[in-house]
Amino acid sequence: MTVESTAARTPRRSAGSKAGTTGTKRTRTTAKKDAGTEPQLVQLLTPEGKRVKNAEYDKYVAGITPEELRGLYRDMVLTRRFDAEATSLQRQGELGLWASLLGQEAAQIGSGRATREDDYVFPTYREHGVAWCRGVDPANLLGMFRGVNNGGWDPNSNNFQLYTIVIGSQTLHATGYAMGVAKDGADSAVIAYFGDGASSQGDVAESFTFSAVYNAPVVFFCQNNQWAISEPTEKQSRVPIYQRAQGFGFPGVRVDGNDVLGVLAVTRWALERARSGEGPTLVEAFTYRMGAHTTSDDPTRYRGDEERQAWEAKDPILRLRRYLEASNHADEGFFEELEAESEALGKRVREAVRAMPDPDHFAIFENAYADGHALVDEERAQFAAYQASFADEGGN
Amino acid sequence: MADKMALAKAINESLRRALESDPKVLIMGEDVGKLGGVFRVTDGLQKDFGESRVIDTPLAESGIVGTAIGLALRGYRPVVEIQFDGFVFPAYDQIVTQLAKMHARSLGKVKLPVVVRIPYGGGIGAVEHHSESPEALFAHVAGLKIVSPSNASDAYWMMQQAIQSDDPVIFFEPKRRYWDKGEVNAEAIPGPLHKAQVVREGTDLTLAAYGPMVKLCQEVADAAAEEGKNLEVLDLRSVSPLDFDSIQASVEKTRRLVVVHEAPVFFGSGAEIAARITERCFYHLEAPVLRVGGYHAPYPPARLEEEYLPNLDRVLDAVDRSLAY
Repeated sequence: MTVESTAARTPRRSAGSKAGTTGTKRTRTTAKKDAGTEPQLVQLLTPEGKRVKNAEYDKYVAGITPEELRGLYRDMVLTRRFDAEATSLQRQGELGLWASLLGQEAAQIGSGRATREDDYVFPTYREHGVAWCRGVDPANLLGMFRGVNNGGWDPNSNNFQLYTIVIGSQTLHATGYAMGVAKDGADSAVIAYFGDGASSQGDVAESFTFSAVYNAPVVFFCQNNQWAISEPTEKQSRVPIYQRAQGFGFPGVRVDGNDVLGVLAVTRWALERARSGEGPTLVEAFTYRMGAHTTSDDPTRYRGDEERQAWEAKDPILRLRRYLEASNHADEGFFEELEAESEALGKRVREAVRAMPDPDHFAIFENAYADGHALVDEERAQFAAYQASFADEGGN
Repeated sequence: MADKMALAKAINESLRRALESDPKVLIMGEDVGKLGGVFRVTDGLQKDFGESRVIDTPLAESGIVGTAIGLALRGYRPVVEIQFDGFVFPAYDQIVTQLAKMHARSLGKVKLPVVVRIPYGGGIGAVEHHSESPEALFAHVAGLKIVSPSNASDAYWMMQQAIQSDDPVIFFEPKRRYWDKGEVNAEAIPGPLHKAQVVREGTDLTLAAYGPMVKLCQEVADAAAEEGKNLEVLDLRSVSPLDFDSIQASVEKTRRLVVVHEAPVFFGSGAEIAARITERCFYHLEAPVLRVGGYHAPYPPARLEEEYLPNLDRVLDAVDRSLAY
């Protein structure tokens, strides 16, 4: 009431009135980050490959073996190799489009390896590394980019949903799925991936609301790669993204997204919270998309080289290699073998893509409905008659 | 064993039966729990089945449909309520880009048995966004099925069938008929969900309608009978798929067709029916297919809705025009 009556007495000016006449100056159109709000990143491995202690999260990677560390390195190298092959295939005209994950390997492998077999993953369209961790054949990821299907794998065989193109939609699916997990009394967890741009979407906010209200066992994993095509994070949020969770009533944490060990630890923590009935968590993996948004994008129009160079110094793969070498957890033979394995993967993916058959013409009508639909049947029959008409003319 | 009950009560009984017979069925929506829905369609269900089966949701339509998709992926069969027709648009993205397409995208591996209930249509003197008929916007989207019962018995049985369907079904409930009573026989064996029904036999002209307009068309046929005209009335029941075979059979008999719906005529379901029936029945038709419906204007304020909505005189006028050819 007080606010209303005050407002009634104070003349209000429309947004269109001239600056300077209202007593309020509009000095900028985009909110800048307030000084002092840049948070500390959770980091277990520095860009120089030095292991740093973290009282809160060390315990989540305490028992990690050299073999497991080599495994994380292998995952990242193979994922990067696969990604590079896909980019080349697009350039050679074999794929219509590719969304590269270059630079985000640690965020994806660290989080993907934190999931358990019975957990369920809801990706965007860039989670090639997470797909790798879930055991999805990398070649299957390319079908939709080649244009032979709109999916390409059975979501339930690896608990890895199909890629979602519409930004942020999948966070609600993840939340609903997690509500179902809780209803079933299962102790699985659900993880939803999205980007910094998606954090502006209403669906993401609604998924935060629903998951908080129903205490759903879901981890929201935002890869803040700094750019939503050409829009910087500053165009999405005035506060660091992880801090948004607070307003919805659950914790958010920012982790160095180029530190695979840190991401693994933080995601394990968040998934354990979900499993033990503590509800949702928002993890913001602070990382960088080194390449273009997709192969249709030209980042030189909106960002400078210096930025990328600064992030190259924080490369997730190089960082772990330095640590592996300094701690004698891997020898030269390991790296050589991996190099050969990478080349073999690239070759296999290239061959698999080129061997993908075009879909049968009648695939247009298949699976439009589970129970069938009279109009689809009618149009399929018309299509068949039309196709058959060429044969009648003696054509091939 | 037929009971006489209001259409809203028939849906309530149908939801109750579904909740009883399948533990995977869930009811979700704004105010569906304690209040029993603003139209009381879900009255008493939360009391009997608990908050985990009959779920009051935050006020977020995209969230309601989006989480229902996730629950369906987990093996549940959610029945969600959108409180009023005009409120479905925040959820339109989830319905069109996700719910409708996920089965096809997964090459059939994923099924989405989600029912979206939408009380729709005008005639109740409501405020803006509470009286619209957006069925054509959904019918245009492959992957969705659209149905609308016109009476209590159909409401009961079509809801059972919609919940059992492995496809997403948009279930348009004619809110101005919620209080109309009819016989419901819970022991009956219902006909197919997407089949039209001849609700009045006639020889001179076919009136085709669904949902709230079926009752009006029956009144029109009564009035026309007093003038010696013998009209057939078809209750289409399903907008997608549309039962063109039944419309064709009727038109081959009567040779004239008038389609009636509340939605705007422009790009409405009547346009689709007119086009296809012209293709199918070109040599049978004695007159062009005529349409009676809303205007290409925002749904008007309540004091004007009687001018906007098809009524007895407007439909009779179309009947006369058709018969004059």
